[in-house]
Amino acid sequence: MAKLTIADLKKIKEKAQKDTALREGGATVKVTVHMGTCGIAAGAREVMDALLDEMAQSDRHDIRVVNSGCMGMCSSEPNVTIEIMDQEPVIYQHMDGNKIRQVFKRHVLTGEVQTDFALARIK
Amino acid sequence: MKKHRADLLLCGGTGCHATGSLEVKSALETQLARHKLDQEIRVVETGCNGFCAMGPIMLVQPDGIFYQKLKATDIPHLVEEHFLKGRPVKKLFYKEPASAETIPSMDDIPFYSKQQLIVLKNRGVIDPEKIEEYIGRDGYLGAGKALLEMTPQEIISQMKESGLRGRGGAGFPTGLKWEFASREEGDVKYVLCNADEGDPGAFMDRSVLEADPHAVLEGMIIAARAIGAQHGYIYCRAEYPLALKRLEIAISQARQHGLLGEDILGSGFNFDLEIYQGAGAFVCGEETALMHSIEGKRGMPRPRPPFPAQKGLWKKPTVLNNVETYANVGQIILNGADWFSSIGMEASKGTKVFALTGDVNNIGLVEVPMGTTLRTIIYDIGGGISKKRKFKAVQLGGPSGGCVPEEFIDTPVDYQSIAKVGAIMGSGGMIVMDDQTCMVDMARFFMDFIQDESCGKCTPCREGTLRMLEILDKITHGDGEPGDIELLEDLSKMIKSSALCGLGQTGPNPVLSTLKYFRNEYEAHINEKKCPAKRCPALLKFEVNMEMCIKCGICFKKCPAKAIAWEKKKTASIDKSTCIKCMTCISACPADAIF
Repeated sequence: MAKLTIADLKKIKEKAQKDTALREGGATVKVTVHMGTCGIAAGAREVMDALLDEMAQSDRHDIRVVNSGCMGMCSSEPNVTIEIMDQEPVIYQHMDGNKIRQVFKRHVLTGEVQTDFALARIK
Repeated sequence: MKKHRADLLLCGGTGCHATGSLEVKSALETQLARHKLDQEIRVVETGCNGFCAMGPIMLVQPDGIFYQKLKATDIPHLVEEHFLKGRPVKKLFYKEPASAETIPSMDDIPFYSKQQLIVLKNRGVIDPEKIEEYIGRDGYLGAGKALLEMTPQEIISQMKESGLRGRGGAGFPTGLKWEFASREEGDVKYVLCNADEGDPGAFMDRSVLEADPHAVLEGMIIAARAIGAQHGYIYCRAEYPLALKRLEIAISQARQHGLLGEDILGSGFNFDLEIYQGAGAFVCGEETALMHSIEGKRGMPRPRPPFPAQKGLWKKPTVLNNVETYANVGQIILNGADWFSSIGMEASKGTKVFALTGDVNNIGLVEVPMGTTLRTIIYDIGGGISKKRKFKAVQLGGPSGGCVPEEFIDTPVDYQSIAKVGAIMGSGGMIVMDDQTCMVDMARFFMDFIQDESCGKCTPCREGTLRMLEILDKITHGDGEPGDIELLEDLSKMIKSSALCGLGQTGPNPVLSTLKYFRNEYEAHINEKKCPAKRCPALLKFEVNMEMCIKCGICFKKCPAKAIAWEKKKTASIDKSTCIKCMTCISACPADAIF
């Protein structure tokens, strides 16, 4: 390996910080994929995979993806809840890989709620 | 790069390895793969997380959920529930011992929330075997600043201003030590790290090395720059295999990255270091003995002066600091002396790591600002005394220190206040004792340790500690005579004033401090032939007090020698010819009726 300079050190730091950002806790956006048995049966796994793929492509490190259990509306699964700090959470319904990509790009990254797919706004 | 959605920070310190974290890790990997979650959830083996009593421990991030006492058999259920279906598993949460309330989030657990981390800031967060993760948390930026932007004199003045004092026990100002060594003329100087932690019940340095080895390397690089040394040694005992392994990995990674070796970070400064394994002699933690040991000689101390800063290893100017001291240095340089000196007390700056152990609920590694009271550490962080017993005393500073009884439990922990009550700050061993501890027996234990570890070079320590041990043995066996206490005091004074090194000079301290606060226990052993805490078998009769016996039969059920006779609704009795004096019945009796 070539000799490290202080600039290289800072580059390694930035890369490692991105890789371990999860461990710091604290985020401005939380995306919850509801993955109860009903959600998984309806295709929540595909949604999760697409979401993680989008996450990897984006350069944002303040977004947390978590899964949770069934929220009780099994007929509208797969459901995804988007919580952006200081905004009302929005629940999306009947998600699939393509729809979540659109929601991620438009709503999470640029703040434009995708009303067509939305189930409810939580007040 | 595939994005992970969660990191499972599994504790991989020696304590958690012993309770099975490696099995848990392989079970996690198997189960995550089974559910095809292995690409989105990552298992990270960290160094000691600190809460050793609850191991194996796992922290799930970003959720912040804290799982404790995991077993490999819990894992299939845990992975399916939490990571597949998103339902955290309550039965594996932490339960507060006092209120029995479950606390899912690590930040809310009092053991963690009352601590302030500097030395341990990376514990349980980074993988100690990956240099990138250390760098990701500002690692080696302090060294970069010291090498590229500061002169050696500026480093030393920052260290002096920070008020950092040696964490090995004696508390000598670190900056001053470096200044002495820097003033010495000479091309060859050495920087040494003392990782020969030997106090019974102490595991601070081991945990730092296991959780964050690069922090120690960084501190040593800065020290080397300050005094102009090019070579260093880490003296670590062979009984710390995991610490040694992680140090070796850290050193080779630092070399690969050019952070050790020639022209570090393009500064033109050269420094490299190696590990020297000690065979585990307690006296080798003494600085001159440690240097003799590295030189290949018998690990024995020599009189000072000359001090190591003038004539140390191979008679060259040498700086020797403890693991925890070095782990502070990088952050002091990076964040400045003012930042560090804003933490702690007037004459004791920064934080101190303690290995909290003994009769306390939350055994583990804690880091608190200087000036935190013993009560906060033992009750708020430590969760109070285990088995609902009463606090009796706390031993600080191991075999060189002393005990602090209940009346002084509100003493703030800083160098001066602790010395005032007759103990020492020490390297950080904190052994809590409940009311069933016999203080004479405790003093005897430490004297036995000192006697065993005395190197034999000087007579006061070699002979004096043996005589003291003989007297303490006699007292605990019920053969104590009037005058023994005075003889112990005389011997203590002589040994303290005439022994060659710190081991002998401080060896009588546990006896003196127990005599100061628990003299009545010594007197009871000698005059009444009684052990008030019921710990010395020779002074117990092994008889049941018929009036106090509640006829429960617990002693009968627990006796391993079947020496106890008991029937329902009748008092128990002990057959002394078959009794093996194992003390099981005495500890088990709920009515305290056996004496």
